[in-house]
Amino acid sequence: MFQFIFRRLSLVIPTFIGITLLTFTLIRLIPGDPIEVMAGERGVSAERHAELSAQLGFDQPLYVQYFHYVTGVLQGDLGNSLVTKEPVLSEFLTLFPATIELAFCAAIFAIFVGLPAGMIAAVKRGTLFDHSVMTFSLTGYSMPIFWWALLLMLIFSVTLGWTPVSGRIDVVYWIDDVTGFMLVDSILSGEDGAFSSAVAHLILPSIVLGTIPMAVIARMTRSSMLEVLSEDYIRTARAKGIAPWRVIIIHALRNALIPVITVIGLQVGILLSGAILTETVFAWPGIGKWLIESISRRDYPVVQGGILIVATIIIVVNLMVDITYGIVNPRIRHSR
Amino acid sequence: MSLLKLENLSVTFGNFRAVDQISYSVNEGEVLGIVGESGSGKSVSSLSLMGLIDYPGKVSADQLTFMDQDLLSMPEAQRRKITGSDIAMIFQDPMTSLNPCFTVGYQIIEALKTHQGGTKKELKHRAIELLTLVGIPAPESRLSAYPHQLSGGMSQRVMIAIAIACNPKLLIADEPTTALDVTIQAQIIDLLIDLQKEKQMGLVLITHDLALVAEVAHRVIVMYAGQIVESGPASEVFSAPKHPYTQALLASLPESAAGRARLQALPGVVPGQYDRPKGCLLSPRCPYVTDHCRNVEPTSQGSLERQVKCHTPLNTQGRPAA
Ligand SMILES: Nc1ncnc2c1ncn2[C@@H]1O[C@H](COP(=O)(O)OP(=O)(O)O)[C@@H](O)[C@H]1O
Ligand SMILES: [Mg+2]
Repeated sequence: MFQFIFRRLSLVIPTFIGITLLTFTLIRLIPGDPIEVMAGERGVSAERHAELSAQLGFDQPLYVQYFHYVTGVLQGDLGNSLVTKEPVLSEFLTLFPATIELAFCAAIFAIFVGLPAGMIAAVKRGTLFDHSVMTFSLTGYSMPIFWWALLLMLIFSVTLGWTPVSGRIDVVYWIDDVTGFMLVDSILSGEDGAFSSAVAHLILPSIVLGTIPMAVIARMTRSSMLEVLSEDYIRTARAKGIAPWRVIIIHALRNALIPVITVIGLQVGILLSGAILTETVFAWPGIGKWLIESISRRDYPVVQGGILIVATIIIVVNLMVDITYGIVNPRIRHSR
Repeated sequence: MSLLKLENLSVTFGNFRAVDQISYSVNEGEVLGIVGESGSGKSVSSLSLMGLIDYPGKVSADQLTFMDQDLLSMPEAQRRKITGSDIAMIFQDPMTSLNPCFTVGYQIIEALKTHQGGTKKELKHRAIELLTLVGIPAPESRLSAYPHQLSGGMSQRVMIAIAIACNPKLLIADEPTTALDVTIQAQIIDLLIDLQKEKQMGLVLITHDLALVAEVAHRVIVMYAGQIVESGPASEVFSAPKHPYTQALLASLPESAAGRARLQALPGVVPGQYDRPKGCLLSPRCPYVTDHCRNVEPTSQGSLERQVKCHTPLNTQGRPAA
């Protein structure tokens, strides 16, 4: 098991080098540099541009800049935002809870709807329920997030008025930032109705963000479950005379979940990238919105640092998924 | 006394009769051998006894009783109390028949818990006893082993332990050694026969191994294309087969073929869903076929004790009676 973890870890280093190189290069390939963007329509004289470039170190050759960047990262310094002058890390930490909250609720939605739907579809294969689940998940999977968000917003916020349009909580509440999680902070504030307002604001964004992962999880659970249900050991379990629900929940689901857990883990990447669009549509003040804004401002350190942190999170989660996989699957735990 | 009795049992998948009107009975403490080529309905008929035929498969019978209880009309929940306790089954491939996610101990104890219950300590104790009984060394430490840590022979022993956990009156063993190494096969059969004698169980032994059936079975059933073509006391059926198919099966045994130039097996295969012939199902392969055989399906002749389904049963010289 330790060997297994160690081997996974050793793959992390080349991944990091790749990510830093990619973000560093790609952001610089977009036309326009931070100084021009900051100057806006007024423009900036060539002398002033050169002066500022030298100040920010942009006059140096790219490899030197990259070297500075990487040595900074290795010392835990992601640099400061060119716009706010705040350290990238502290900006990230302020905004990240909002994204986690959203991604977490979306994941809960995806798992709690996708898993049972896929499981029941497999058990009742060929029925109307099965066909409906398959159709819905195919539609959900191919739904463009922007369009889906606007559609739900139009129906539930604008027409029916059931849910708020944007933000994390109603403007009448002034919530102290204690944990950064609105669901928790709204309770801590003790203000009447603050919590339910926070929940109401979360519903649509969570559904929008959770739709694709839900569809993926439902389909994966169904196919994995179908495969497991035809295994010999399911016949053995039934031959013991145990109740059908026990055969499904204990004997089949446990095995069927092994590939599903991997898929759920892979959704973390989808959730974080989906959060970028979802946050933009719902004006959700998280890292997605922050990254989009920093790209349009050519805020190099924020883009580089932000993406590096997000990538790190995805890598760590995937590593944890691999380990969990080993725990639920004895064949992996004991081998190697 | 007869434990299990079935009359005209059929299992159909759509229009296809995988098991076609078979009748037999198993007595207490009796070993019944079922032989026949692959695809002749041995597994499907056994699974139907366990209540394990799924939709769209359909089981029907004029009678299907176990210890005078009608298995077909009883509610599912009541039937499950019999399945796995009074009637148990082991399967062909032990390596895939155990759940890879659970320990050996868990899977044995689950069977005990379902039908008998008991404290944790009692259950564990019983599980160790069972592992000892099926000849697994160091049973205590084996309880926490996972199936992938066991060899095929060991896995089949565990399957047997699970099957006999609740002291079944009838054990169905569906080709229990087919997937195992030749050296292990005899050990597993010896174990099964020992257990059968010790516990006076009825044992239905499904196998390709005719020599084995001749040695251990009291009675034998020969199946072909879902039908019973011949049945009777093992000694009689093997010394004087009345059905051409039985004769051909015996002729393909290595010993009887030894003196001859070549293996005298029947050419062709068991008809499946789409190539069932008219008349006698064996007619395309039978060396003694007549026009009558090709057009009219024979009925079973004789008593339940000695059936043969042939227009021209063989006489003691192994020739069709005129
Ligand atoms: N679930 C099923 N659906 C349709 N046909 C089946 C099913 N299970 C078995 N069969 C068919 O029933 C026939 C008998 O199969 P089986 O009982 O497994 O044969 P045996 O065990 O004697 O080798 C075969 O032709 C097989 O293809
Ligand atoms: Mg079979």
